[in-house]
Amino acid sequence: MRIAESRVLPRFARVRPGGLAPIVAILVVLLVLLTLRQPDFLSPPSLMSFLGRSAPIVLLAAGQYFVIVSGEFDLSVGSLVTAQVVVAARLIDSEPSRSWPVVVVLLAFGALVGLVNGVVTTRLGVPSFITTLGMFLILVGAVYLWSDGAPKGGLSEEFRRFGRRAFEDVPALGRIPYALLILLAAAALAVLLSRSDFGRTLVAVGGNPRTAGLSGVRVWRAKTIAFVLSGVSAALAAILLGGYSGVSFQAGAGLEFGAITAVVLGGVALGGGRGSVVGAMLGALTLETLFALMNFYGVSGALKSTVQGAIILLAVAVSSVRSSSR
Amino acid sequence: MSGVLTLPARRTAPGVFVALAVTLAIGWLVVTVDGGQLFSLPTTVSLLHVAAGLGLVAVGQTLVVIGGSLDLSVAYVISLSTLVAAEAMNGDDAALLPAIGLALAVSAAIGLLNGLLVTKARINAFIATVGVGLLLKGYLDNGYDGPAGKTAPALVQGLGYQRVGPVPVSFLLLLAVAAAAWLVLARTRFGHHLIAVGGDPEVARLSGVRNHRVLVTAHVLCSLCAGLAGVYLASRLGSGAPRVGTEGLYDLESIAAVVLGGTALAGGRGGVAGTVGGVLLLASIDAIFNQLEVDAFFKQVIRGVIIIVAVAIYARRALRKAAS
Repeated sequence: MRIAESRVLPRFARVRPGGLAPIVAILVVLLVLLTLRQPDFLSPPSLMSFLGRSAPIVLLAAGQYFVIVSGEFDLSVGSLVTAQVVVAARLIDSEPSRSWPVVVVLLAFGALVGLVNGVVTTRLGVPSFITTLGMFLILVGAVYLWSDGAPKGGLSEEFRRFGRRAFEDVPALGRIPYALLILLAAAALAVLLSRSDFGRTLVAVGGNPRTAGLSGVRVWRAKTIAFVLSGVSAALAAILLGGYSGVSFQAGAGLEFGAITAVVLGGVALGGGRGSVVGAMLGALTLETLFALMNFYGVSGALKSTVQGAIILLAVAVSSVRSSSR
Repeated sequence: MSGVLTLPARRTAPGVFVALAVTLAIGWLVVTVDGGQLFSLPTTVSLLHVAAGLGLVAVGQTLVVIGGSLDLSVAYVISLSTLVAAEAMNGDDAALLPAIGLALAVSAAIGLLNGLLVTKARINAFIATVGVGLLLKGYLDNGYDGPAGKTAPALVQGLGYQRVGPVPVSFLLLLAVAAAAWLVLARTRFGHHLIAVGGDPEVARLSGVRNHRVLVTAHVLCSLCAGLAGVYLASRLGSGAPRVGTEGLYDLESIAAVVLGGTALAGGRGGVAGTVGGVLLLASIDAIFNQLEVDAFFKQVIRGVIIIVAVAIYARRALRKAAS
């Protein structure tokens, strides 16, 4: 992490002045507080497993970034993660040989849900808030209906290893969780994508859809692709989460608000047109650091949401006052 | 919020009532063929009770949405209000009015906080109200494991179960609150300012509207409505319930009802009458499915589809109108 900060961030910071500074500052403060309490937190093994644990929410934040920067919302990702985990358990039914086909099915399912969200939002003119809220109700209802109220089947060890196994005995780092490698690959892809023509088009669409449309951008297609990316990222997150914590109807509960909060913490404007995917992912990492911090400082589970709420309000208030005074 | 939301001006309030009539007609037919009765006294009463709870929240939500904001903290405000009211009453009729006053005051204070965060701290309403919701969630999770307090018997008998013919008192309360909100929007300076702020904040400001004050007032009114819904739910349940708001999905359902009623999520357009129609539509679907004894989960799937389809139809009509 320290390596990443010193090498990568200054360059990005130069490219987009002030864009990433607030979130990096908050992250550093939280990391310092964490290290004061738990000096070995930044030691490679614990840091590695922390990053592995954070992978799902960081992936969701990256997916949500594309949707939000294009000016829309995706409230369906939490229910999509739950649905994916439950579907995976039922399809695999503890049969190792089905693991890979099911991974493919999940990715396709995620893309399909994103496609439906995108097409309904752009072609039928339904506000994405309502589209994805409806999708949330549909997915939660469907998954309960399909499994008669209790998750069935089970995940194979083959499937679960993505979320909870690691390369052991790596020199210097100790162990590298598979989840972290998947995250790094996806993050690299997301950064490339956000700096490609498509990524810039998407920001233009979010900034002013009319102008973008008049300049020849097919707005509906750009937005639909953003929703598909969000759906696929939810599929990846579900694969990791299912592996890490197993099957439950609560697997994805509240993740949509977590992802949106992370994206906004990372300096991406709700309503679109401004922000970077790196900021969004750092926002998610900050949120996870905050949870770790509360664990180490012994904040009782129930009060966690209060502290979380207060810090989110504070962070967003500070950055919005800063940006408006500039 | 996005380009898709900025549809041309329209009046869709009648649209939702057409949808309601069609839904009730089809529902009546299907239920009758199935051998049930949709308009029997118990079904009607329970339909109106469902509508009263959601309606109180949704009328308040309409005000903030028209102002270009939204409130996702209402579910927690409702839960908190049931607890404040029931604990302050503690089963004593003498404490009835002070307890209701206290519950509403607490709710109004939360609305004030929401409003100040949105206006003075310039936090996006989505994040601000989710954040305040998290603050309240922590308080509720930390302090309560289950129902607490006891609602005054007079309130249970009055607001909770009293009715005039088939119409519960609580539904009359909803109609009164909706009428008051309609009057505020249509006839008062605040109402006109609110619509102006929702339509174009910059133009409103340049025309001399004090945007911040208007939005803060809307948020206070919205939370007051949610608090009132909490008092009503306390009267139904007989005690305070720390999760009644979230389990009822009142935050998202109230926004769905507002949008079904033809109010634009982007603000500046819409009305309370449509929202009441949207609430009745959602409650009717609920009643029809209950009569058909449809699986609760299947009901949720259909509900999701209906919300999307209804809004898609509105959008289509608006586009066609814009084209002609």
